[in-house]
Amino acid sequence: MSSNLRILVACKRVVDYAVKIRVNAAGTAVETANVKHSMNPFDEIGTEQAIQIKEKSGGKVEVIAVSCGSDKSQETLRTALAMGADRAIFVESAEELQPLAVAKLLKAVVEKEKPDMVILGKQAIDDDSNQTGQMLAGLLNWPQATFASKVELAEKAMTVTREVDGGVETIKTPLPAILTTDLRLNVPRYASLPNIMKAKKKPLTKLTIADLAVDVKPRLETLKVTEPPKRQGGKLVESVDDLVDKLKNEAKVL
Amino acid sequence: MLTMLSRIHSLRAISRLSLKRPLGGINFLGARATFSTHNPSYFATNRFTVDEYPYLKRSESFNRLSEKDISYFKSILASSSITQDAEDLEAFNNDWLRKYRGQSKLVLKPSSAEQVSQILKYCNEQRLAVVPQGGNTGLVGGSVPVFDEIVISLSHMSKIRSFDEVSGALVCDAGCILEVLDKYLEERGYIMPLDLGAKGSCHIGGNVATNAGGLRLLRYGSLHGTVLGLEVVLPDGTILDNLSTLRKDNTGYDLKQLFIGSEGTLGIITAVSILSPKRSKATNVALLGLNNFDQLQATFKRSKDELSEILSAFEFWDREAMRLAKQHLVAGAHDPLQSLYPFYILIETSGSNKDHDDEKLNTFLEGLMTDDVIQDGVVAQDSTQIHNLWAIREGIPEACSKAGAVYKYDISMPVPVLYQAVEDMRARLVKEGAIGDGKLFSSVIGYGHVGDGNLHLNVAATEFCKEATDLIEPYIFEWTARHAGSISAEHGLGLSKNNHLHYSKSPSMIQLMRRFKQLIDPNGIMNPYKYLPLV
Repeated sequence: MSSNLRILVACKRVVDYAVKIRVNAAGTAVETANVKHSMNPFDEIGTEQAIQIKEKSGGKVEVIAVSCGSDKSQETLRTALAMGADRAIFVESAEELQPLAVAKLLKAVVEKEKPDMVILGKQAIDDDSNQTGQMLAGLLNWPQATFASKVELAEKAMTVTREVDGGVETIKTPLPAILTTDLRLNVPRYASLPNIMKAKKKPLTKLTIADLAVDVKPRLETLKVTEPPKRQGGKLVESVDDLVDKLKNEAKVL
Repeated sequence: MLTMLSRIHSLRAISRLSLKRPLGGINFLGARATFSTHNPSYFATNRFTVDEYPYLKRSESFNRLSEKDISYFKSILASSSITQDAEDLEAFNNDWLRKYRGQSKLVLKPSSAEQVSQILKYCNEQRLAVVPQGGNTGLVGGSVPVFDEIVISLSHMSKIRSFDEVSGALVCDAGCILEVLDKYLEERGYIMPLDLGAKGSCHIGGNVATNAGGLRLLRYGSLHGTVLGLEVVLPDGTILDNLSTLRKDNTGYDLKQLFIGSEGTLGIITAVSILSPKRSKATNVALLGLNNFDQLQATFKRSKDELSEILSAFEFWDREAMRLAKQHLVAGAHDPLQSLYPFYILIETSGSNKDHDDEKLNTFLEGLMTDDVIQDGVVAQDSTQIHNLWAIREGIPEACSKAGAVYKYDISMPVPVLYQAVEDMRARLVKEGAIGDGKLFSSVIGYGHVGDGNLHLNVAATEFCKEATDLIEPYIFEWTARHAGSISAEHGLGLSKNNHLHYSKSPSMIQLMRRFKQLIDPNGIMNPYKYLPLV
């Protein structure tokens, strides 16, 4: 594969996966103030994939990272640039963006940038929607390869191994296409110091919702957010009889 | 490990939780648990400590365990708190390095200070020697029996007694696992003031009894400062209740200090009151590669200047340690840096304002790059990467232990000569023709806490034997004494360093230590043959 290629990678800023999330007092959302945020891990895998394609390719590959959201999303884009993306596009929105809105915004960016491929995480770990990639494919009328665990590029086409229930499925699709990443596609690299320094000088374009003329009005209303029930602690039993007794009379499973 | 991997592959659930294992990095604690409790045959080939160290003789003043004793213990403890099965005993008789193997026939697991008191009082009267044991993660053979001492395991004492959300004072049983306490505090916005690689197994009581140092000492100081009070049972059964939660208390001799680091030779710590600091909101971790030790020192100096109050850890390891870590750890996979470097530094910052910390750290690191003090480096971008970088550092002891029989030395000294100890040891073994393929030694590894002037010198041999020991000792102790260092910075004395105490302490100090021991434990039943030099 040696022809020129342009890849758009979507990068969402989310609550860091290691943070123990809490529901806010009003029960309307997850607490995000003063909580560590990072790039959505599946998007990190997407970014890594784009950079690997760039490194392996003989031709000229441009990787563009794009993020939609609050001002802070620029930090996420700097991470993508430090990993090796060439430039970044930041679509600013103070409002909540739902998957359909993001898909429409990305469609507008795709029409501007004309990439050969858009890589997204299969889902974001904050809302677990698993919709944006599919919606974007629908809006663009592009083929989609979701839950990718392996990607091989050929001339204007790609072969993708998908993780499906009970096994894997291998499909081939022409480009341009949508790719969404699964966990085992790759292990994202660390941002090296020289690259972090270089990333500061890489171009980051700011756009507004108005620039892209997209209707981002929420279509879904969140009624309530609750935490899962607390797990009961384990108990030590003194003997087998004790265990049987507890299984019978307390757990009532015998 | 295999079962875990297959579990990962079968994961179809796609949620925040399902991410944890695959990205979580090394689970060497899990691996540890596997061999220590579930696989007694792991130890079967080990030689007994007494065969390895023939100078050790069982003291005739101790009685041997009788049926009468067993029935007494059965009268005060539940049957599940008494272990006599030969296979089950192996995990308590062996240390995790497989260097020491005792021959105890009985493990008692009391669940209250009162039970500990009853046991000790009886043992003291009947002249039965005992070994207190926590998570059994010690490195100097202090927590396993030598002969037939009764093991008193604190594993059934694992309740958190109280936590003061205002002061941060935590009061808990001695058998609480360090990581469990840290998780408990995390939910409340606090943090344990100490952290070490064995956190998933070690007990807070054992940490205090051995005055464990670890990875947060640079920031929060030693247990002599953070422990507010202790509950200790003395050999005569007295329960010394000093579970104070006061930060200031200048009344009388500070008795708790005597028990911190006493390695179970004076009494059994049954509960701990410890001051926990607020958990930092923002944490950053960077891993750096350097060409020589001078650059490492320069980096340390500059970090104190430029990172100052947010610097929370400054750890280092050498090329050999990195090579072993890469070879033996399944890890968060790949090497963070592009090539191998003679030295690595892990820097952690902790503060309350991420933007402020990020800017400070970036300016600091860019300055080092620009001035050619460091050759390469990475900065963790999320918690997964923070975890994985720490996992390299925390996994080094485990990786070293896979290189063969590892002689571990834990010495402190002024920072400028810190690495010279490794170089001199290496040079000595090369000169003796004892290191290399097919030779007695395979490698000399150095890592440790630069901020505390603490070097972990590991010498990997094909087996623990007298010939190997004689090539290292007393050379390393003499070297340390010559450089005004301590022969045991944080691991303690136990069985492996007790006879070398004179390299670090004067005769009059050792004499006073003996008088304390005689006063509190006149029959010498508490963890005998260890800690103080044998006479």
